[in-house]
Amino acid sequence: MPRIASLFFAVLLCLFASMALAVLWQSVNSADAHASRVAEAHMSQASANWKEAHPVIIRKPSGPPRIELAGTDPQGRTASVACSTCHSVRQANLENKAAATLDEFHQGMTFNHGNITCYACHNPNESDALRLADGSSVAYENVMTLCSQCHSKQADSFAHGAHGGMNGHWDLSRGPQMKNNCIDCHDPHVPKYPKMIVGFKPKDRFNEPSNSEHQQEGTAAHDKH
Amino acid sequence: MTNTEPNNTQQAESSANRSLPIVENFTRRAVVKGGFATLGAAAFVAAVSPLRQAAKSTTAVEFMQQHYTELSPEQKADVIARLEAETKEKYGADVTIADDRPIPGTKFVYAINLSVCNGNGKCVEACHKENNHDRSTNQSYIRVIEMPKGTMDMEKGSTTYSGIVPKDDKFYLPVQCQQCDEPPCVEVCPVKATWKEEDGIVVVDYNWCIGCRYCEAACPYHARRFNWKQPEVPSEELNPDQSYLSNRVRPVGVVEKCTYCLHRTRRGKLPACLEACPTGARVFGNILDKNSNIRWILENKRVYILKEELGTKPAFFYYFD
Ligand code: SF4
Ligand code: SF4
Repeated sequence: MPRIASLFFAVLLCLFASMALAVLWQSVNSADAHASRVAEAHMSQASANWKEAHPVIIRKPSGPPRIELAGTDPQGRTASVACSTCHSVRQANLENKAAATLDEFHQGMTFNHGNITCYACHNPNESDALRLADGSSVAYENVMTLCSQCHSKQADSFAHGAHGGMNGHWDLSRGPQMKNNCIDCHDPHVPKYPKMIVGFKPKDRFNEPSNSEHQQEGTAAHDKH
Repeated sequence: MTNTEPNNTQQAESSANRSLPIVENFTRRAVVKGGFATLGAAAFVAAVSPLRQAAKSTTAVEFMQQHYTELSPEQKADVIARLEAETKEKYGADVTIADDRPIPGTKFVYAINLSVCNGNGKCVEACHKENNHDRSTNQSYIRVIEMPKGTMDMEKGSTTYSGIVPKDDKFYLPVQCQQCDEPPCVEVCPVKATWKEEDGIVVVDYNWCIGCRYCEAACPYHARRFNWKQPEVPSEELNPDQSYLSNRVRPVGVVEKCTYCLHRTRRGKLPACLEACPTGARVFGNILDKNSNIRWILENKRVYILKEELGTKPAFFYYFD
């Protein structure tokens, strides 16, 4: 009997020992796994940085504006002059808001951009540049900096691809992405996006007017059944 | 190949409580036979007349072709070479048909800004050209719906508008395949010719589809199109940059749908409809990338999905500024 008891005791001991071992083993393993996960995360971050090999290119607008001259020369050619040709030597009218109060050159122009003056954005001291609200000069090519002062919400969306058209790649590890700038779509003088005309239309059954003869006949036929 | 296989056990389970004649083996002939038994020969023949037309132009090799997910790389290469040769013969154009597979770690999601979409339909046209749609019907995978303000119920809108847009009392809702995470179209296909891939794109093997159009009826977004006739595309207009599961020229009598331009997007490029959008309303990206545009939109904008109550879980979102 004592022999059986000691045998029983030995078996129990073995069981405990193996359980303890298993627990130990598992905890070591999980520590390992945790460490390797951390390492992986680091690696994937590093590789993510490395992956973005291609840039997001924002198209720059052209430089200081020019104006088309009315009329043509004897050879029938049109010509344009830089706005600064006149504006660099003229006294700036800081109050002006509308075309009506400007010289003939500007009569055809429309302005519909809030209630701001010309010199809110144009630079009275440097006619080949624009100005920010704090008076500092900004190049025409960097007009987006100017727009973003008031339209920060749009600028924020733009920065996250949620405003403005683009093409190229969604995956910058495979190729670049090209984006429009503000004035590609919005005329700064009349910034509201223009109306468009619908061109292309598929000819499918969903394009049938919903009150067409055809459909009514169809329903009538159904009713009879 | 293993991970693209549809989940058989799940399919079997869900088919048990369906009343439609579901065939679990992978033979089209069995399905056709089953159809005859159920429907009565004459009615069935009338119902599948485009199919008969298709059968005429089907070669024996084509008929014997395996399901896409069961093709070995060599078989795939043979099939693709055959399809390229057929396109050359029928359309007189040299095309390349690639076999673009999902990029590991991507799940594609689309979003449209309804505050800026003005309904001009450039996306509809871009899809038409990019995906080699039939010229005579102007087919496209996208419909832009003119909607009365104050509802997101797409059935209340109309696609017949024309002229100058946007109209003052309307907004515009472009609808294409929503690449549902619970796609009813995949559920109903009796031959598993359509399935969802790892990057979320729901694809169709046009060579396996029997043209029964169950999926077209099952799709709550009217996103699927049926080829009533062989697409007509002039050879010089054919987009030669093709993929087996997307824009290769489809045979008559099969169903097709938007594939998020997988022949572009699985190569890192933006979809054609997005590039064509002049208002910048469209946003596309990988939702698994924490820094993606699409993630920012989901976290920062008021986002809607269409027919949410159906539980289809679209990978397509609409938002307002
Ligand atoms: S939108 Fe329609 S075709 Fe696309 S996955 Fe959903 S149910 Fe299928
Ligand atoms: S029509 Fe749709 S449901 Fe029928 S076989 Fe083709 S993909 Fe499947």
